[in-house]
Formats: sequence, structure tokens, C-alpha cells
Amino acid sequence: MARTRAPERTLLPSDEPLSLLRKDGTPVDDSPLSMPDDDVLVELHRRMVVGRRFDTQATALTKQGRLAVYPSSRGQEACEVGSVLALRPTDWLFPTYRDSVALVTRGVDPAETLTLLQGGWHLGYDPYEHRVGPQCTPLATNTLHAVGFAHAARLKGEDTAALVLLGDGATSEGDTHEALNFAGVWKAPVVFLVQNNGYAISVPMSKQNAAPSLAHKGIGYGVPSVLVDGNDVAAVYAVVREALESGGPTLIEAITYRIEAHTNADDATRYRTSDEVAAWLDRDPVDRLEAYLSARGLLDHARRAAVAAEAEEFAASVRAKLNVDVVPSPDELFEHVYATTPRHLRDQAAALREELA
Amino acid sequence: MTTVESQVSMAGALNRALGDALAADPTVLVFGEDVGALGGVFRVTDGLAARFGEERVFDTPLAESGIVGTAIGMAMNGLRPVVEMQFDAFAYPAFEQITSHLAKLRNRTRGRVSLPVVIRVPYGGGIGGVEHHCDSSEAYYTHTPGLRVVTPGTPDDAYRLLRDSIDSPDPVIFLEPKRRYWAKGALAGEPIPFDRAMVRRTGRDVTLIAYGPMVATALETAEAAAEEGWDVEVVDLRSLSPFDDETVCASVVKTGRAVVVHEASGFGGYGAEVVARVTERCFHHLHAPVLRVTGFDIPYPPPKLEAHHLPHVDRILDAIARLQWDDEVVGSYRA
Repeated sequence: MARTRAPERTLLPSDEPLSLLRKDGTPVDDSPLSMPDDDVLVELHRRMVVGRRFDTQATALTKQGRLAVYPSSRGQEACEVGSVLALRPTDWLFPTYRDSVALVTRGVDPAETLTLLQGGWHLGYDPYEHRVGPQCTPLATNTLHAVGFAHAARLKGEDTAALVLLGDGATSEGDTHEALNFAGVWKAPVVFLVQNNGYAISVPMSKQNAAPSLAHKGIGYGVPSVLVDGNDVAAVYAVVREALESGGPTLIEAITYRIEAHTNADDATRYRTSDEVAAWLDRDPVDRLEAYLSARGLLDHARRAAVAAEAEEFAASVRAKLNVDVVPSPDELFEHVYATTPRHLRDQAAALREELA
Repeated sequence: MTTVESQVSMAGALNRALGDALAADPTVLVFGEDVGALGGVFRVTDGLAARFGEERVFDTPLAESGIVGTAIGMAMNGLRPVVEMQFDAFAYPAFEQITSHLAKLRNRTRGRVSLPVVIRVPYGGGIGGVEHHCDSSEAYYTHTPGLRVVTPGTPDDAYRLLRDSIDSPDPVIFLEPKRRYWAKGALAGEPIPFDRAMVRRTGRDVTLIAYGPMVATALETAEAAAEEGWDVEVVDLRSLSPFDDETVCASVVKTGRAVVVHEASGFGGYGAEVVARVTERCFHHLHAPVLRVTGFDIPYPPPKLEAHHLPHVDRILDAIARLQWDDEVVGSYRA
């Protein structure tokens, strides 16, 4: 059978990350991507600014002992915000523990977003209310949940795609590969967004991966792959939206950088230089979009001030909510283990109540 | 099932349960390795793909974590997956998905996410299987809160327990005693609650507590014991977790003696939990320590040596004989 184009060509990513905006905010002339509409760009900006303020607030609350731990996504706002705003109303998000900014962008209450990290329960929100799967702490296990969810939607005749977030380290886990394979075989509507932020805690890409890029891993599973500049929110939005609408699986690697340490408990100076961090600060995703919007006349001083004020207000509400220490009743430890609590757990709950009386 | 039917094998009963569940509920799916055209390596899914179509009964890529992980996602989206792990030891790649997610998502989400997933696992030895095909892996699962773990001992119970498992809002590890797949029986039983044990044979002198593949062995032992003058009661646990203390303790309180039988290794095994529970609850009714007859604390043996490892009638009779019938001091411990 004659072929006009080698099929693997459609599966491989571009040699260079796709982008719409250069690091100085000037538009890329020959990008194959479509620039999002102006109102989308303005909204992307607002959400990134608010998301960043939320992130710095959560880090501050951790230093004050209000959160047990906080994995910051500072520097990764283009991925967190761009991908979530690309979701259509019927789509689902399957996040990890580092995706708090994605969750608040999705509309999850900040206190419910931080319940896991605050330590009140393992999850604070109702997945069905926001179409957001539980924050996944073990790496890559959520990729399979996303594939199963999306395949079920297909079987039920629903137009729902799943967006699963994972990091560079998670691409080494077996579940990522099983998920890509299942998604390829089932042609499931799943978008795998790998936020390659350079380090899996302390381990750099050179010790994680020997492929030309993480996006190259898609071809082995018949999954089309995309390499994108993960600090270009317009580009992230465009590639994720296109992938969600494709009806099949896509692997997207977004090149970005984690400005903060892995968590407040990590010491990043042991494995990377301040020069490296400075170079990435120079590629800041918020600055880049602001430069573009300003040049286009879409972001004036008043608008900037209004967004900054909104971010401050949001941070204040996060502080207020997190400064109230919510500890569930110990009874609840036994209530959700099974649909109907069995006898032995009722007995144990009674024993604990008696002990606490 | 209300009428007595002709004899059917356990594999046949399981096949019928799957077919009836697929017919009764359009959200039920059956998938795994070789469950489609082949009908499963033990033919438990025989004919189901042809009858219900490849959207509901299908082969997956060969990856157990993938099978369970995608089943979790499907259940989150309103379906009721029934998945097959081809053999006991081949389920281990799915262990993280089972223990970290399947078992815990209801609790993690404060009851908002229900995962009605059934994982069918052919388990245990006695079929001459090579390494990795004969494990008794029940204790790994029973040690995990949030899972139900059940195992049938008869074709009738295989049908009933599987239907109940598929209807359950909780995830179920459904352990199928593969050496009993071909044993036949009638599908006629009275309905009994999902998580209750069952007295398979009544007796006055001693209670044999067994499950899965050892139910038949325990009943055989009871017949042999009768010839020696012991009237043996056999309790089939059915639900390993949650555990039916009431039925088990009622029997032990009546007989005053008990032996727990399972194929799995004894150390840290499921029988240790049973002995502890019985001793804690029935101590003043016991005439002798509760003993265990289990597999040795060794990796599962090669086929030509497995008969030494598996509990058998004579070994169980020996344990019964050691239950202080003449007030002599006995026990498994030798100083």
C-alpha cells in the first residue's frame, strides 16, 4: 500500500519546543499554533497572577506551620493555568500533589485544595463537583485513572476528554508507560501533560531519560506527541486545547522550571546553581505574557493594578481560611472505609470514643 | 437461583454469574488478558465476548497495573468493571493500584467516590502449575482496609459470591480456587448475606475453619474423622474480609476445639488472624489451643513436590488428634 507520509512523522514531536511568544513577549512569526483569542489571553494573565500569589501564600503558610508541606509550582504557572483553562466544560482533570494552582484555577476552593497538605484529610474537595480527580501523591498512578475514565466516557457516548498532569520523574514510572500504551490501543481521549521542570526532587533530566525528549516516548505507543515551551502560556493553552479536541490521546512535554525547591523541606542549593535559577527567572511566564499584552494594548496600568488587588484579596481569603484549624472528628476515621461500616470498625470506633471520653 | 439445577462446574458457575451480571446491568464490563476470544485461560469468560460484544467483554494489553488502574478510572466514571488477573502471582504488578488507590479512594474522598470493581484472581496450588502460578495471596489483600476479600468453596457459592461481588459498592478481591474449577455441584443454595460464613457440615467435637480450595479438603477430613469417632463441624469462611466473627465463634463455643486450614504459608498468614480472633473471643470455651494446618513457610514448591506442602486429610486429622482429648499437654511448640 502506497503511503504519502511516513506515519511515524505524525507521532514525533517537533525538534524545538512549539511556542507563540518569545521570552521577551514578542510573537513568533511562523508558529504552527493559533494564538488564543484576546479575552482568553487576558484571562490567562489574570489567573496566572492570582495563581502565583496563591502559591507564595501557601509557601508562607507552610513556614508558619499551617501546612504540613507545600510543593510549590512557582515558575510553572503557564502549564498550571494554560492547561486548565484549555479544558472544556465536560472535560476532567487528573492532577498531582504539585498542582494546587491548577486546582484553584479550576475553581476548587483554596482551603479544599490545601486540605491534603494541611493534614485535615487526604483530600478536601468533591471530585464530581469540579470534574477533578483526587490529587495523586504516588507518581504516575493517575495516568491510568485518566485513561480508564476517558475510555469509559467513550463507551458511554460522552464527549469528555481527560487531562492528566505528571512530571518528568513520573515518566520513568511503569504506570506512565502502561497508560500511554492503553491510551494508544484504545485511542482514548486523554492528554498527558508532562511538566518537565528539570528535576525529580534533586535528580536532573540527564539521569532520568536517554531519549531525545520525553515527548519522544509517545511514538512507541502510537500516541502523537508534542513538545511545547512550558513557559509560554499561549502555546500551552493552544496545544492542550487542540489535543483535547482531537478525540484521541496526545503526549505533551512542556519545558518549564521549578523556581522553588521541591518542597519547603528540600534544599535545592545541593543540586543546582543560583545562576541556573536566575536564567529561568529571566524566562518568567507571567512577565512574558504581560509584555505581549502591554504591547497589544490589552494590559494597561489600571488592569494590572486590578489584577494585583484581586490576587491580594485572594491571598487574604486563603490566609483567613487556613488560619482556622479544622480537625475532623475521629469518628470519621471509620466512616468511609466501606460503603456500609462493618461490625469490627464500628467496634473500633466505639473503643476510640470511649478512650477519648 | 431458586430451583435446583443439574450439576455445574465452578468455572461454569462463574461463567454463568458473569453472563447474568452482564445481562442484568449495562454498566458491567469484563476485561483482562485473554478473556475475549479465548474465554480466559481457564475458560471462565467463555462465550461472553460473542454474546455481549467487544465493548463490554474485551482483551486488554498485557499489563496488570494498567488493567486495575484503568478499571479504577472507569469505576469513577460510573461503570462496574470485573477484571481478571490471569494467575495469583501475576496480579502483583497491580499491587500499588490495588492497595494505594482501589482500597483507599472511598476513604480519601470521604465517601464521594465509590469504586465497584471486582478483581478476579485464580489462586492457590494443586494443579501442577509451575512457579508463579500457585500462590495463595489472600493475606496481602486482607491486610488492606477498604477491600473486601471473598473466596468460594463450591460452584453454588461461586455463582452467588460473584453476583454479590459485582453488586457490591466496595472493591472486591475475588479469589477463585483454581484446583476446584472443575469440581461440580448444583446451583441451588439458599441466599445468604455476602459477608457471612457458612456452616458446611455440623458436628459436636471440633470446628474446622477453612475457605476456598480447603473447604472440600475439610469436608473430606470430616468424613474420615467420623470413622475415628470425631464429629467434625466445617465452617466455610467465604468472606475473608470483613470477617464473620459471629458464625465462627458460635461454632467454636459449641465444639470447644478448632483447627484453621489454609494453603498459604503459616507465618504472618491469614490463619494467624483467625486463631487470634477465636482465642480472644472464645478463650474460656476452649479445651485446647487453636491449631493451624497450613503450607510450610517456604516459597511455593515445584509441581513434583507440591503435595508435601499442601494441607491434606491426614495432616488435618493429626492436628485434630492433638487437641487435648485426654488432657495431655500437646501443641506445635517443642522446646
